[in-house]
Amino acid sequence: MHLRVHFSSGVPIYLQLMEQIKHAVETGAVRTGEQLPTIRKVAEDLAMNPNTVARAYRELEREGVIEVRHGSGAFVAEVGTGPKTAAIAQASVELRRAIEAGAMLGLSEPELRRVFEKELSRITGDDGEVVSGSVNGSAGGSEPGGSGERSSG
Amino acid sequence: MSEAVVETHGLSKSYGDKAALRGLELNVPRGSIYGFLGRNGAGKTTTMKLLLGMLRPDAGEFSLFGETVSSEASSVAARRRIGFVSEGKDLYSFMTVGQVIRFTRPFFPGWRRELEDRYLQLFRLPLNQSIMKLSRGMRTQLMILLAMARGAELLVMDEPTSGLDPIMTEEVLQALADLAAGENVTIFFSSHQLAEVEQICDHVCLIDDGQKVLDGVLDDLKSQYRRIVLVFDAAAPAGLAGLKGVDHLRRSGRTASLLAHADVEGIVAEARNFAPLSVDVYPVTLKELFFDHVRGQ
Repeated sequence: MHLRVHFSSGVPIYLQLMEQIKHAVETGAVRTGEQLPTIRKVAEDLAMNPNTVARAYRELEREGVIEVRHGSGAFVAEVGTGPKTAAIAQASVELRRAIEAGAMLGLSEPELRRVFEKELSRITGDDGEVVSGSVNGSAGGSEPGGSGERSSG
Repeated sequence: MSEAVVETHGLSKSYGDKAALRGLELNVPRGSIYGFLGRNGAGKTTTMKLLLGMLRPDAGEFSLFGETVSSEASSVAARRRIGFVSEGKDLYSFMTVGQVIRFTRPFFPGWRRELEDRYLQLFRLPLNQSIMKLSRGMRTQLMILLAMARGAELLVMDEPTSGLDPIMTEEVLQALADLAAGENVTIFFSSHQLAEVEQICDHVCLIDDGQKVLDGVLDDLKSQYRRIVLVFDAAAPAGLAGLKGVDHLRRSGRTASLLAHADVEGIVAEARNFAPLSVDVYPVTLKELFFDHVRGQ
C-alpha cells in the first residue's frame, strides 16, 4: 500500500489517510486480515505526525474498516459486503457516459474536471459530510470572471 | 484535552517601552508536536526564553509539566526535563562529535545510550569530525541527539530547520516523528516554514504582536475554516461587511472573499441575499489562515 499525503492541502491530513486506506481496501490492494503498517512506520516514512496517523486509524476502526489488536497492530477488517469492486466498475461506466456527454458539448479536459469537482463538492463537503447548498450552479458550468480563488482539494 | 506540558496565563514581557508579549495564553498538550508560528518580532523567541528561564516575565505565570514555575528552584527543576535545540551555534566548536557526547554524558544520570546510538546511526554523524567542520544540518542533528539522549521530555526547538537543505530537513522531521511516536516526547517547535509545520505538527499556534491569534489541532482548523468566494456582476457590495460570523472579508473588484470557521451554511445563505453570480466554498490551507490572521489585521 502506497500512502501519499498533500500536507499543504486544505483537506485534513487524517481524512486524506483514511481515504487512501479505504481506497486500498476497496480496490483490493490490501485484503481482509492483512496487516497495515504501524503508526510509527507510517509517521516515519512520511515524516509526519504520529498523532495524526493514530487519529486516522482510530476513525477507520470506528467505521469498521480496520481492526486494532493491541500489541500486534492494525488489520483490515472483515468487510460485510466485500470490496466495492463491482460498485466501482458500475460507477466507472456511468461516469464515462457523463464525461462523453460533456465532451460532446465541447468542454475541454480541465473544464470537465472543474465541473466534476464542483458537482462532487455540491454533494459532499471536503470533510465527507453533506454541505448542502454550498455551491450555486447558476452559471451553468462556465464561470463568469474566473477571478475566484481556487485551492487544490 | 490531555494534560498540558506547557501552560501560560497572561504572560507579558516588555523591553523598555516595547511590549514583546502582551498576555500570552498557551496550552501545549503532552505528546503533541506543537507548531509555534508568527512573523519576526511577534514574540516567539521571547516566549521560548521565558520558558527556558533565560528571561523573567513582567506579568502573568506559566507552568511546566503541571508545576507552576515561580522560583529559580522550580525553574531549574523543570529545565532538567527540557532539551533546547536551536540552529546549533551554541556547541563547543573545538570538540569533535564523539568528544562532545562523552563530555555531556556524565552530567545526566539518566543518559540513554540506546538513544545515543540510534541517533548516531540515523543521522550518520561522523564521530571524529570537529563540530566546527560540521554542516549546519549536522549540528542541528547533534543537538537533537544530545537533547534526547539525556532523557528530555520536552524539546523546545527554535527554527531547527532554518538553513537546512530539503534532504536534511526531511531527516530532522523524520527524527521528530520518531520521537513523538516512540518516546512520547512533546515538541514545541517554532518555524517560519509553513510547509514543514503542516507536515509535522498536529497542533499549531499563531501569534502576532505578542498575542495569540489562532490555535488548535491543525486538522480541526482545516475542517472548520472555509473560504467563501462570491462573484458579482458589478463591484462587490460594501454591505457584505455587515455579515455576521465572518472572520475576514476581502473585496476586490467584482469578487469578495470571506473566511469563516462556523456556520458556513448560514453565512452562504445570508450572502445570497446580495445576489451574487456565483458562490463557491473552498477548504483553507494553513498558509491562508496565516495570511488572513496576521497580515489581514
